[in-house]
Amino acid sequence: MAGHAQAEVSKEVLWGGGQSPFGVTYGKMMMWYFLVSDALTFGGLLIAYAFWRASSVDAWPIGEQVFRALPGLEGEYPLAYVALMTFILIVSSVTMVLAVEAGHRNDRSGVLKWMGLTIIGGFFFLGSQAWEWSHFIHGGGGFFNLAKEVTISTPDGGTMTMEAGDRVYMDHHFGHLMEMHLQDPVGVPLTDDGGHVVLTELGEHPHEAHLHSLKVNKYIENETLVEGDDVMKLWNARSENFGFGAPIPGLGADWGGINHSEYATQQGYTNFFFFITGFHGFHVFSGVIINIVIFFMVLNRVMERRKHYEMVEKVGLYWHFVDLVWVFVFTFFYLI
Amino acid sequence: MERDDLIVNDSYALNAHHSEEQGVTIRKKIYLVTVILSVITAIEVGMGVMFKRSEAFTWTAIKWTFIVLTLFKAGYIVMTFMHLGDERKNLRNAVIIPYFVFILYLIFIAITEGLAHYGMDLMFH
Repeated sequence: MAGHAQAEVSKEVLWGGGQSPFGVTYGKMMMWYFLVSDALTFGGLLIAYAFWRASSVDAWPIGEQVFRALPGLEGEYPLAYVALMTFILIVSSVTMVLAVEAGHRNDRSGVLKWMGLTIIGGFFFLGSQAWEWSHFIHGGGGFFNLAKEVTISTPDGGTMTMEAGDRVYMDHHFGHLMEMHLQDPVGVPLTDDGGHVVLTELGEHPHEAHLHSLKVNKYIENETLVEGDDVMKLWNARSENFGFGAPIPGLGADWGGINHSEYATQQGYTNFFFFITGFHGFHVFSGVIINIVIFFMVLNRVMERRKHYEMVEKVGLYWHFVDLVWVFVFTFFYLI
Repeated sequence: MERDDLIVNDSYALNAHHSEEQGVTIRKKIYLVTVILSVITAIEVGMGVMFKRSEAFTWTAIKWTFIVLTLFKAGYIVMTFMHLGDERKNLRNAVIIPYFVFILYLIFIAITEGLAHYGMDLMFH
């Protein structure tokens, strides 16, 4: 090209071969391409959820009404638990990026420290999700309005009748303890001690339903009187059918101004919730496993021999991606 | 075999190691982004607890606020934590542009078709 005043072209932008135009290694570039394809998968799932929701003519569950339980505590704490889960994941993302940063300085002990904390954060998130799933699968959690009249008999032969519209609080932890608090429609406890109904130890006494000295053994189901053992059998059958926050047998749910059980009528919500959070949880799980593998590689000084910590960076990309997906799951399932 | 990707004189290339001073700067940035992400999450949770879903216009505004805040969070995670912002422009574009072209189309088509039954209602009433 003699005679031309040739502009200096940076070699970095040349695609003629002999160098990496992206300025990254093959492995890191492929990790990015994998993340793009995985992001498309999650994007597709969330968009399918949006499609389902947009095309649904029925009522849709309200996020902050659904996610409001805390382990070991009674009452309602809207979004508190999922906020905790989100925070755990963000913090573990921060420890991961600090591990990557330590790797760039060849700081082996820093990498080990931050990766260790990331792995612990990952386990905390998985544990939180396990509790949340367990809570949903076993049902309960929230106020129900009685759809039908319920008769509760006392051991001394007396009866107590609750009318349609009366408010009942239902809670359920880990499938071992089920508590019911009976309240009148404005939330005043019906009995002196708060009307605590404890349906205890389902495993050992599957058909017992105690209301302190009272015993719940009768209610009207489809205009048929159901008594004794059948109460809990029906409850279990219902739980299996609806899976997610099943209504109490004989009682309709009236949550958030929607006039029937939100979960029971919105199977689509349930399906998408479990599929997408499950798929995300699977990613977290594999991320933890890969993190552990890389952790032991660093421990065995593999990276020192390689003279670089790029493996930490690559698993870091994957781990941040998991956090990134959760940011969207959090918004579209829990907030909107 | 000589590796072609090692020649590159780039701050994130394999052969380039960060100095302690660079590390301090990068960590400062990481902590700043941590605070930003935590604050945005706290705002989102606060708004989620405060506002109830309704048919009103305010809910639409809140919904879009959630989406915009989420995109901010996503941007910080991708650009700083995954340091895509420090990568070369061609890699950044190769990752982001195809994704958004495809996903925006998918969102458009899914929402349009999802809401189609409302159009049907108008037609038959």
